[in-house]
Amino acid sequence: MLRGIDLEFGARGITAVIGPSGTGKSTLIRCINRLVEPSSGEILLDGVDLARLPRAELRLARRRIGMVFQEYNLVERLSVMENLLCGRLGYVSPLQAWLRRYPAKDIARAFELLDTVGLAAHAQSRADSLSGGQRQRVGIARAMMQEPQLLLADEPTSSLDPKTSVEIMGLMQSLSRTHGFPVIINIHNVELARRFADRVVGMTGGQVVFDGPPATLTDDHLQSIYGGEGWLE
Amino acid sequence: MSRVAFPANWWARAGWTLLLLYVAYAASQLELTPARFAAGLEHGGKFIARLFPPDFHRWELLLKGMVESLQIAVVASALGVLISAPLALLAARNLMPVWASWPARAVMVLCRSFHPVIVAILFVKAVGFGALAGILALIIASVGFLGKLLTEAIEEISLKQVEAVRATGAPFLSVVTYAVVPQVFARFIGFASYETDANLRNSTMVGIVGAGGIGGTLFAAFQRFDYDFVCAIVLTIIVLIMVGEVLTVRIKKVFRV
Repeated sequence: MLRGIDLEFGARGITAVIGPSGTGKSTLIRCINRLVEPSSGEILLDGVDLARLPRAELRLARRRIGMVFQEYNLVERLSVMENLLCGRLGYVSPLQAWLRRYPAKDIARAFELLDTVGLAAHAQSRADSLSGGQRQRVGIARAMMQEPQLLLADEPTSSLDPKTSVEIMGLMQSLSRTHGFPVIINIHNVELARRFADRVVGMTGGQVVFDGPPATLTDDHLQSIYGGEGWLE
Repeated sequence: MSRVAFPANWWARAGWTLLLLYVAYAASQLELTPARFAAGLEHGGKFIARLFPPDFHRWELLLKGMVESLQIAVVASALGVLISAPLALLAARNLMPVWASWPARAVMVLCRSFHPVIVAILFVKAVGFGALAGILALIIASVGFLGKLLTEAIEEISLKQVEAVRATGAPFLSVVTYAVVPQVFARFIGFASYETDANLRNSTMVGIVGAGGIGGTLFAAFQRFDYDFVCAIVLTIIVLIMVGEVLTVRIKKVFRV
């Protein structure tokens, strides 16, 4: 349940959304590409109200919004290459997709991205044979295949160990900088948010209670976001 | 007052007693007596003696019937798979709205409501004697059975994978081929080979009501008391079913089910 949310995101930079479980962080992110239907309000992307788009146009709009998930959400029984090409499904016909007839530049881009995320040797591996960190790299590469104008990440590090979490955050940061797109990340780990985000949005009870650069996020703010105090010591 | 550890369930006791009484009553009504059973055994012994040795002299007739049965089974299975796959997709409640899943489910229930032999009788009356009636009857049976199993398989898939593919802006059919089919394909191969196995057995039976295949030959041999030929037919059917069994195991291995 979200109420009175009024946020504006710039054309680049990483925004971390923090807040207790069940406060609507995930709903906020999913409302943007309408995996969750907002009951009212506007979601403007480049001046287009996504909330009001009919299904067919929504599909076209989704093609440029990448998404990374907590549990990676790869198609387990498809190969890494096939998972990457899922990012191009919005551009090829179902028949072409079924026959795996992708434009050569899509395939070339997929191989480039596999080099970027360090999985060149795994192109033909089945997704379910990879480790958590490797799967999330595939998830990010899949989103990158969409040439996103915006990347949404729904707790991308919550299922990963601390070292891998830092690597995954670093990967998204560098991709965002080189390709110039903004990233909105839901995250539970405040330290990671401080380290990688250019801006932190704190939510509690479906409302925004903090919005600013990470340097200005104090323990008082954290207390008002998460409640309680003993855990901060 | 003493405490009871296992209280008596009088309703259950009454139910069991009633059931027992009814079985005894029904058996007496059908003259199921030891004397009748002994007379039947004697008759059965004579019958079994006349089955052997099996007579393969009319092997051409036998082969023709078996080949027809095999063809009925294969064609019915192939068409059954082709029809039930899209029908199951329509019936899956996790992917389709109620107005699509409800009618698809109704079709499947209808297909399952009669035994294949009864459906075969209907088709013999409708389209005439021969393999066509048998094929149609077995298609109906396959659609009812495969459709139900595949619908359940689709309803058990992980929607997270579907959500991820949908979020890329993929059109619906691509979501199906990339996020749904990979999750159910292996199970579908298992179901389809099982159904082919069942169709093989059923295809030897629909002939009894004139719907083509070895069943017609078998029935005729019975009526002419050619018990040695009956034995030859039965043995051949057993071999066919066993070969089918081996083949389906092989097919499953190819697809790593």
